Amino acid sequence: MEKFEKLTGIAAPLPLINVDTDMIIPKQFLKTIKRSGLGVNLFDEMRYDDDGKEIPDFVLNKPQYRETEILVAGDNFGCGSSREHAPWAIKDFGIRCVIAPSFADIFFNNCFKNGILPIALPQEQIDVLMKDAEKGSNARMIVDLENQTVTTSDGEVFSFEVDQFKKHCLLEGLDDIGLTMEKAAAIDTFEAQAANARPWV
Amino acid sequence: MSAKTLYDKIWDAHLVHEADDGTSLLYIDRHLVHEVTSPQAFEGLRMAGRNVRKPENTIAVPDHNVPTTPDRVDGIKNAESRIQVEALDKNAKDFGIHYYPVNDVRQGIVHIVGPEQGWTLPGMTVVCGDSHTATHGAFGALAHGIGTSEVEHVLATQTLIQTKSKNMKVEITGQLRPGVTAKDITLSVIGKTGTAGGTGYVIEYCGEAIRSLSMEGRMTVCNMAIEGGARAGLIAPDEVTFEYIKGRPHAPKGAQWEAAMAWWKTLYSDDDAHWDKVITIKGEEIAPVVTWGTSPEDVLPITGTVPSPSDFEGGKIGAAQRALEYMGLEPGQNLSDIEIDTVFIGSCTNGRIEDLRAAAAILKGKKIKDGLRAMVVPGSGLVRAQAEEEGLADIFKEAGFEWRLAGCSMCLAMNPDQLSPGERCAATSNRNFEGRQGRGGRTHLMSPQMAAAAAVTGRLTDVREMM
Ligand code: SF4
Repeated sequence: MEKFEKLTGIAAPLPLINVDTDMIIPKQFLKTIKRSGLGVNLFDEMRYDDDGKEIPDFVLNKPQYRETEILVAGDNFGCGSSREHAPWAIKDFGIRCVIAPSFADIFFNNCFKNGILPIALPQEQIDVLMKDAEKGSNARMIVDLENQTVTTSDGEVFSFEVDQFKKHCLLEGLDDIGLTMEKAAAIDTFEAQAANARPWV
Repeated sequence: MSAKTLYDKIWDAHLVHEADDGTSLLYIDRHLVHEVTSPQAFEGLRMAGRNVRKPENTIAVPDHNVPTTPDRVDGIKNAESRIQVEALDKNAKDFGIHYYPVNDVRQGIVHIVGPEQGWTLPGMTVVCGDSHTATHGAFGALAHGIGTSEVEHVLATQTLIQTKSKNMKVEITGQLRPGVTAKDITLSVIGKTGTAGGTGYVIEYCGEAIRSLSMEGRMTVCNMAIEGGARAGLIAPDEVTFEYIKGRPHAPKGAQWEAAMAWWKTLYSDDDAHWDKVITIKGEEIAPVVTWGTSPEDVLPITGTVPSPSDFEGGKIGAAQRALEYMGLEPGQNLSDIEIDTVFIGSCTNGRIEDLRAAAAILKGKKIKDGLRAMVVPGSGLVRAQAEEEGLADIFKEAGFEWRLAGCSMCLAMNPDQLSPGERCAATSNRNFEGRQGRGGRTHLMSPQMAAAAAVTGRLTDVREMM
């Protein structure tokens, strides 16, 4: 997995609540058997019209947001299906960090597995970041995972919480499966006990 | 020993390792797999030279992509869908996991097949790369959706890295009124808590109204726990559960059954267990409901009117505005005046035999409104066969419904069954998101009875008027 340490980049404002995974990547793009190449279809239905032409008003289509690396959004971001295609599309577009008041559970976990940092902050702070993001390419936001801070282009600093294990994995770019495989002995022991206690499983 | 909730008990029984910061390794008893979220996971295994640790506890079935028209026996026409299904065929074979291919009578929606075949049992941990895995919670199993990286993790290690959720109790007291169903319970709960109300929690549904539900109804309730944001929904197993499981192909038999029963009977929340959040709803007060917007929380009794954005606060004002525009609705409009183009009965929420019986009971001897498109898609080949045997298929066909083969169908627009822009659908599925059933399609969620009633009148209809 790609490491995430510190990111200085353009943030795009997406002031919608309940952005669901169907919005992030509509199901017609789930038919791939690969992880890559989904970025062009990120937010497809908001981004393109029926003829496949870009809708100029949509934030990521605006010239100043083409290089977006951070997304600032409303409550309950990523609700809906478990499709990991959502973070794959976000990552493939080039976005490495999503900041919102709250996230849906499965999406939140999926982000960490793909080198994306989801940050939950109180609404008042999101309001400030949303304003900052509206400045487009004139502004750069800084996300520092080591120190757990987000800094606006004006230098205002907000601290965020992050699960320490997930932080460690992101900072080091660690593969979960490899880490768990190191616990193979514990899994073997558990399985042996379970086979006794619940043989019907 | 301190008092525990059902969730605590299942969690503790599956804990392989817990780090100081609470990060836990949880053992997974059953892993269900479908064609959309698994190809990259199997690919990952191959690339790393890893194997499936417990192929005997891994069950795969194609459902999302498969067409539901009879011509599917000749192969899937859409190339991308075909490739995904073929990839699953191959992965199932290469890794030696249980498989129900497209043309097997047992094929169907993964969350219907699992319980039907007796794979889902009380006290288990069940995962699947699909958010509606919550369905299996109806058996008192801890069941939830995972992403593809986690699918790969479970395939390789039979475990999942988790942090424990909080405990939430949703109690539905008393009895439901006639015309009110499990679907109305689960939609009403989301209407009350919101789509993020359950975030961070595992919900246990309890109370007399829940106890009185069949297994089918309980699955409907748990299915939509995820729509309320919860990691999982649970219902403590009881005689209804045991009765449903007994004799299923993969259910324990003989002495194993007795041993299992002894443990299953301990699977309930202790009286003095701690709850982080409690919600109580009176069963008598639940009405037949429909959704008006583009979020499952946009729920109102069918007797209501379309709300105005000004009825809401905060971010919901803009969301409601956007939803009304997308849905083509005006504030103040009677919900029961909303005319529909299409009716879809099916999905892992309401594609079981009892759902078909309930819809058929309304449709018996009636015809659908002229010009309407209506389809019934049984949740599995076995549900379909049973419905044919009981004469339900004839009732649907005579009423003017298409009688389809099993699959996810119009629940999500990944197969040929889709809405066109502006097309309005009365659906028994679980998501009314923008574009969920097809780009520009408009979805109203409801129970099978309500969908059947809407098919007859051509508009959203209070089923109680037809009973
Ligand atoms: S029926 Fe719908 S919700 Fe259920 S598994 Fe299929 S697509 Fe998902």
